[in-house]
Amino acid sequence: MEIRSRIATLVSPPAIFLIILFLLPIGFMAVFSFRLGTLGEARDVFTLDHYRDFLANTSFQRVLWRSMAISFWVSMYTIVLAYPIAYYLVFNTGSRKLFLLTVIIVPAWVSYLLRVLAWKVILGSSGILASFLTWIGLELSGNSLLLYSPDAVVVTLVYVWIPFVALPIFAALERIDPSLLEAAYDLGCTKFQAFLRVTLPLSLPGVVAGFLFVFIPTVGEYVTPALVGGVDGVMFGNLIQDQFLRGLNWPLGSLMSLAMLVVVLVPLVVFGRFFKFSDLAGL
Amino acid sequence: MNLRKLFTPGAIYYGLFAVFLYLPIFLLIIFSFNDSALLLFPLKGFTLQWYKNLANANVLLDAARNSIIVGLLSSLAATVLGTMAAIAVVRFNFIGKNAFIAVAALPLVIPSVVVGVALLILYRQFFDMDLSLWTVGLGHVVINIPIVMLIVGARLAGFPDNLEEAAMDLGASYWGAQLRVVLPMSLPALVAAFLTAFTTSFDEYAMSVFIVGTDVTLPVYMYSLLRFPRRLPLVVAMGGLIMAVSVIVIMFAEWLRRAGDTQNLAEN
Repeated sequence: MEIRSRIATLVSPPAIFLIILFLLPIGFMAVFSFRLGTLGEARDVFTLDHYRDFLANTSFQRVLWRSMAISFWVSMYTIVLAYPIAYYLVFNTGSRKLFLLTVIIVPAWVSYLLRVLAWKVILGSSGILASFLTWIGLELSGNSLLLYSPDAVVVTLVYVWIPFVALPIFAALERIDPSLLEAAYDLGCTKFQAFLRVTLPLSLPGVVAGFLFVFIPTVGEYVTPALVGGVDGVMFGNLIQDQFLRGLNWPLGSLMSLAMLVVVLVPLVVFGRFFKFSDLAGL
Repeated sequence: MNLRKLFTPGAIYYGLFAVFLYLPIFLLIIFSFNDSALLLFPLKGFTLQWYKNLANANVLLDAARNSIIVGLLSSLAATVLGTMAAIAVVRFNFIGKNAFIAVAALPLVIPSVVVGVALLILYRQFFDMDLSLWTVGLGHVVINIPIVMLIVGARLAGFPDNLEEAAMDLGASYWGAQLRVVLPMSLPALVAAFLTAFTTSFDEYAMSVFIVGTDVTLPVYMYSLLRFPRRLPLVVAMGGLIMAVSVIVIMFAEWLRRAGDTQNLAEN
């Protein structure tokens, strides 16, 4: 009984706070997606119009698919680039492991806006990279290198998110029992075979977690596409932002936001068992 | 350490990786000292002009002050709520525990834009509240609870609960034991969690922009400046300062957290 009151005292404040300021708002957003308009009388009319519009509007769907594609490729590139780093840190660095890991993680905590801005400044047609290349004598064929394209969004997002992928892979590799590898060698495996048949399969949960850590937040990106994406790099988050800050069609924006929530919750539920929340702490 | 060991393929890859991570940041810092309004090579010469201009940019300083206030208060609230959640999750089993963990962890991973617009609808359409620093701050508490829960929870899992049992055997109440044994032992993690929450709040743009009132926070103000190319060096200088501060704060937080972990290992 005493234990119950302790649990209740500990759980209630955060639970009540999160219900009011996290679950309730998402519920209200769902309700709002059925409203006809944002203000006045239209606000009190319930309708399925926005759902029909959304399903009929192929450009919304195209942008949603593009967002998912961009996030998918960002996740894949970050995994491919970060895996060797995590592997190197776990198996080759000995006592300097934590220091070298921290070196990789620190940039992740430097202002997000500034890191994106850095790439905007670097990639621009009159930017740092272009002016540097001209300065050292290389002429550019195009007038813009990369800026204002989906590729620029991918490069920038890979840069921003790569440390967050290294962490769960690192944690998964750390959990591998070294005696398993020794056994593989004793049984005649080469180093490469042991990697392919022992290390890689055992690290897959970390790879999946890393994928989700990147894919889920980046699907909703709108700051990076707004700064470096241009017209072709617009993502679904930009459309949502427009509905709220410019278009003033909050019900449609709510519906789009709900659609995005579904897109991120499906992989989270399907692969949830790989999702070790604590891996993000970096040990 | 001999040279052959230093230049293994792994080490070279690590070096390139580190350069990729740090070069853009260093470039931005270098250009914050460049004597030109344009961010172009070749560099024009050293100047502190942009940093001096910062001291006169009143709106910018107001925004910085707003961000510090919001950051301190929201991180404090998140540290209290997140620590309660961490103790409950690590030390007890209860009905709905998994659901509780899922809900408390979600704000960290789902896209900020979703949290931002959901809060905007709650504030404006259902509570009819005016947007202010308070509405932003409450939003920051939501996204910082998971961060605190994560960091403090890791520390709590690192030492056994028989220490608090011993305190209770010696006559302390449960809450007395928490206050005088568990919290002091988790202090490095509590401070690390607070600092991490603060930097997160100080840097938050994607959610804040929806729920900020006329008093803006620093990232929101900085983003609005990006429309004016001439003000770019000022933004970059401000960014240089923020980076310096947040890197110091985060290194300190990391050090505290790891110091706590090593202490653990020594104790067990």
